[in-house]
Order: sequence, then structure tokens, then C-alpha cells
Amino acid sequence: MGFYDVYINFKDFDYDAFFENVTSTEIKRILNKNKINIYDFLALLSPKAESFLEEMAQKAHALSLQHFGKTILLFTPMYIGNFCVNRCAYCGFNVDNNIKRKKLSPEEIEREAISIAKTGLKHILVLTGESPNATPVSYIIDAVKILKKYFDSVGIEVYPLTQEDYERMVEAGVDNLAVYQEVYDEKIYDRVHISGPKKDYHFRLDTPERGCKAKMRNVNIGALLGLNEWRREAFMSGLHANYLQNKYPDVCISISPPRIRPHAGCFDEVHNVSDKNIVQYLLALRIFMPYLGITLSTRERASFRDHLIPLGVTKMSAGVSTEVGGHSSNDKGEGQFEISDNRSVEEMKNVILSKGYQPVFKDWMQI
Amino acid sequence: MDLLKIGGIELKSRLFIGTGKFPSKKIIPDVIKSSETQVVTMAVRRVDLEAKEENILEYISKDVIWLPNTSGARNAEEAVRIARLARAMGCGDWVKIEVISDHKYLLPDNQETIKATEILSKEGFVVLPYMSPDLMSAKRLVDAGAAAVMPLGAPIGTNRGIRTKELIEILIDEIDLPIIVDAGIGKPSEAAEAMEMGAAAVLVNTAIATSDDPVNMAKAFSLAVIAGRTAYLSKLGATKKCAIASSPLTGFLNEGEF
Ligand code: SF4
Repeated sequence: MGFYDVYINFKDFDYDAFFENVTSTEIKRILNKNKINIYDFLALLSPKAESFLEEMAQKAHALSLQHFGKTILLFTPMYIGNFCVNRCAYCGFNVDNNIKRKKLSPEEIEREAISIAKTGLKHILVLTGESPNATPVSYIIDAVKILKKYFDSVGIEVYPLTQEDYERMVEAGVDNLAVYQEVYDEKIYDRVHISGPKKDYHFRLDTPERGCKAKMRNVNIGALLGLNEWRREAFMSGLHANYLQNKYPDVCISISPPRIRPHAGCFDEVHNVSDKNIVQYLLALRIFMPYLGITLSTRERASFRDHLIPLGVTKMSAGVSTEVGGHSSNDKGEGQFEISDNRSVEEMKNVILSKGYQPVFKDWMQI
Repeated sequence: MDLLKIGGIELKSRLFIGTGKFPSKKIIPDVIKSSETQVVTMAVRRVDLEAKEENILEYISKDVIWLPNTSGARNAEEAVRIARLARAMGCGDWVKIEVISDHKYLLPDNQETIKATEILSKEGFVVLPYMSPDLMSAKRLVDAGAAAVMPLGAPIGTNRGIRTKELIEILIDEIDLPIIVDAGIGKPSEAAEAMEMGAAAVLVNTAIATSDDPVNMAKAFSLAVIAGRTAYLSKLGATKKCAIASSPLTGFLNEGEF
């Protein structure tokens, strides 16, 4: 059984009727429970629960403090290639987009690594588009080997691989896999993934599980909010995380709640997702899964990110450039999307401290 | 004087503290001072020797015993490697074994912990294993060479108090090593409770680190541990399970007729 079976169970679920029936009394009862079930989680995602955001925040804050303390792990993504064979309607790297393509040479990767390492960061996430020709598995593995010299934790956010390839990645020193389903709704998935290997919904859906089987230490998943009505996507992301955590208790599971950002290309069918919606999503998640990691990217604006710190976020990116070679080169490839929080690592560190939290640079090491 | 002896070292303070979860590392020296602790644990995975400012060890004085822990280890082999690394980094011979392969409740894996304890104690480490309070596992830890046993009061970070009280009491009665209650203690009164039960020491992290005033909270814990220990040594009045009637049924035996 894979996660698809869970998805299918909810395929014809009448979300609207469920949300209609959620009462204030029920929300209060849920907030008094020690451990909530998936329907309680869905109730916390309901429109009704919007009137209880403060109560939810108090609970989520307390749970986060207990389990993670006042600490935020900092990391930065490093784009090493932006070649892509897919046509994803919402992405700037889409093969149809006429952007400057680039992939870093080993020397450029090293230069980029040195420049990032100078900021004090010890955790890094390698990103590429999907191009088995331009950036094959062997190329990524070589990049990881270079980065291991400068960083304690190397993660990958590249195209879906087989379990065997993930095992090779783990062997090379990768401990963190990020792979987003983008959208759980199968029909929308098919529509926005116009062509390319990414069209294969099942292969993508099972990717995090292949990473778990290959013994990745951390697996980060999530939906790209905006492609579908957010409550359903938030619910499926939570169910997916819960499924993985129950089945692979030795893997640290995290969720990111990215929202669609402006990018090169056009996609206008965006479902609106407000700041309030994101907050409700994060709070419900924390209450549903107290030990879940929550990663916040620089897609969100600075002030909004700052307010989310006490609400359960455990990891934040900082000093971000989504351009290939963006940290050290003048000859950069174009970025994947516009970032919203341009603050440097030093600035992020000071903001976290000023919020009464400790910025953590190193939380893992290869042994 | 009432001293706690572990690995040949005599300790006056029975409060061990953790260094994770603090709002800033800068506060740690003051917390250590106000807690009067002599044993401080830190996660090896967070130690960054290269970056001076980020290096947790810079904030823990050499006057206390460093107790590096193996948090992040998923099995015995990883725990052993982390322990050796800690020693190579200059953290000394003490090590707290933490093997956790369950990210839902963060419960320790006793079997793997026993394996790691056996290997490391043979290598001369003073091994303090964190465990689920189970008598048979504790006995095996004794055989494996542990210097103390650290049962959990409740899952890490839950601040729920000593939920495993009955089981810890059995360990205190049956195990001939110091029993240090680790995890779950959320309030000074609960630390006092552990000490009244006869625990040799307690380890506290979350309750101090996440309070609004960690320095004062550390002080409160220090006092509570002293109070609980003093009560234990003074032999608490025995609590009786059934009431004793003021006119006992066997009173006639003392009435001199026989
Ligand atoms: S989302 Fe990923 S796969 Fe799709 S076009 Fe962008 S880089 Fe390529």
C-alpha cells in the first residue's frame, strides 16, 4: 500500500458538507484534546476554525516550545542548474520559457560553496530543474561530494529519483530530501503539468516514500499552495506527512507551505491563499503533528516570516538567491521565482535573536 | 556529606541540565551558575568547533562535567560513532546515550541503547544511558557497564511530570546504580518528587530553557532538588495504604489478661 490508497479514500470526500457541520463546540473540544485524529485536523482547517486562530496559536506555540524550544535552524538553497524538460504551468524554469539556462561547473560549485560557507551556514539544499541530460544523477552526486567539504548537512531538491538512486545519494552524504507534490488533486496535477516526465502523478506521489526507504534522515514534503483550494491541499499534505511518519518512524518528516510566487511564465488560475490561511494551516499542522518539522522559505515576506517564528516554524532559509550561481558569479542563470525576503544570513540571525529565539546553524553532521 | 558518585567522581549537585532549546546560547553560563549544576549535557550534532560564536562548548565552563549526548543516533552503531567523535573533540569521557528511532514520540530504543552501552563502557567511557523505564533493560544496562541509568519520566519535552513513577520506583529499588530521572520533568515540584522517591539526580532541559526566565527557573530547580533530596534523607513519614483504627481489633492482646 502506498499513499495513493489514502488519497483515493478521500477522493470523493464531501469537504463542503464536512466543513458545514463543524461547530464551535467541536473546535473547542478538539483544542482540549492531547492527541487529535485526522478528522479533528480537518476541522481545524475549516472556515469555522478561523474564529479560533488565537486559541490555536496558543496551543501550537506551547507544543512547539515543548518539542523544539526557542530555536530556528537556518539553511540556504543553492541552485546548480536550471535546465528543465518539463512544462509546469506555474514555474519559471519551464522548458518553454525563454530564460538564460546555466549549470555550474565543479569549480563554480566550489566557489559558490565557499561564498555561502563564509556566512556561517552549515546546512545547504541543492536544487536543479529536471534534466537527466544536463544534470544527471552522477552530476548531482559529484556536486554533493564537493559540498560535503563545506557543509555538515546537504539536502537535495531535484527531480524524483528511484530508490536505488536515493541510496547512492545517501551514500554520497545527502541526508535531506525535499520533494513537493505541488498539487495532490490528480486532475489539477494533470492539467498544470503540461508535459514532461513530471506528468507521472504516481511516480511523484511515491517519491518521498522512496526517499524514506533509502534511509534519508529528513524528508520534506508539501503542496504548492494556490494550485487548488488550499484547505484540501493542506489536509492531503498533513495526511501524507502523517502516513510517512507512521510508516517510517526513524525519518524526520517536515512540511513546507509554499505559495505561488511571480515568475517568468504565466499562470493565472491561482486560488487565493491569504496570510491568515497560511497561519491556520501551520497551526493545524502543529497541533496534529507536534514533532513535525515546518520549513518556511523566502517566498514569504520578511515581516510575515518574523511573525510565524513563534507559531511552530522550525527551519527557515536565509541569504537566498534562486539564480544559478547567484552567490558567487556574475554570469548567473535566471531564477525560478521571485523571492520576497532578501535578508542576509546575518540579518536573519539578528531577527531571530531579537524575537527571543536561537538561530541554529548546525543541527546535523555526517558520522 | 551526601555526595553522588558517578564514574569515580563525587558530585554535590544532583541537578543535571541540558543546553538545547534555549533562546540564546549566551544565557547558558548564567543558567549554569544559578542552577549550581556540575553536569551539563549538549548535543554533539550541534557542536560546531570551527565557528567560535556558534560553538556551544564556548558557553559551558570547564568547571562542570561535560556530558555530550548522542541525540540524532538511530541505532547503536551511530551512537557509538557520535560518542567517539565527542571524545575526539575534547568533550571528555562521559557520554549520554540517546538512541531514538521514533520521531513521533521520541522514545528511546532500549535494545540499541544496551548494545551501545556495552561497546562504549569497554572503551572506557562513563556511560549514562537514556532509557524507557523497564526493569529487565535496566539490569542489562548494569551488566553492560553503565555508570548510571536515566529513565524517562514522560516523553522528551512533554513537561508532563513523572508519569512512569511506578516503574521508576522499581528501578530505584532494584538497580544498584544511580537512577537519574531524565525527560518529562516540567516543574520544580516534579523534580522534588523524583528526589523524594529516591532518584539520585534529575536532568532538566525544556522546563528551564523554555520558561520566561531561564536563570531564575534554574535556581528554582536547584532548590527543589535540594528540598526533595533532604526530604528523602530525612525519611518521609511512611504513607499507609489502609487506615489504622484508633481502637484496633487486636488491642485486647495488650490488655494483660493472657
Ligand atoms: S517546477 Fe520543476 S519540473 Fe516544473 S518546470 Fe519548474 S523546475 Fe521544471
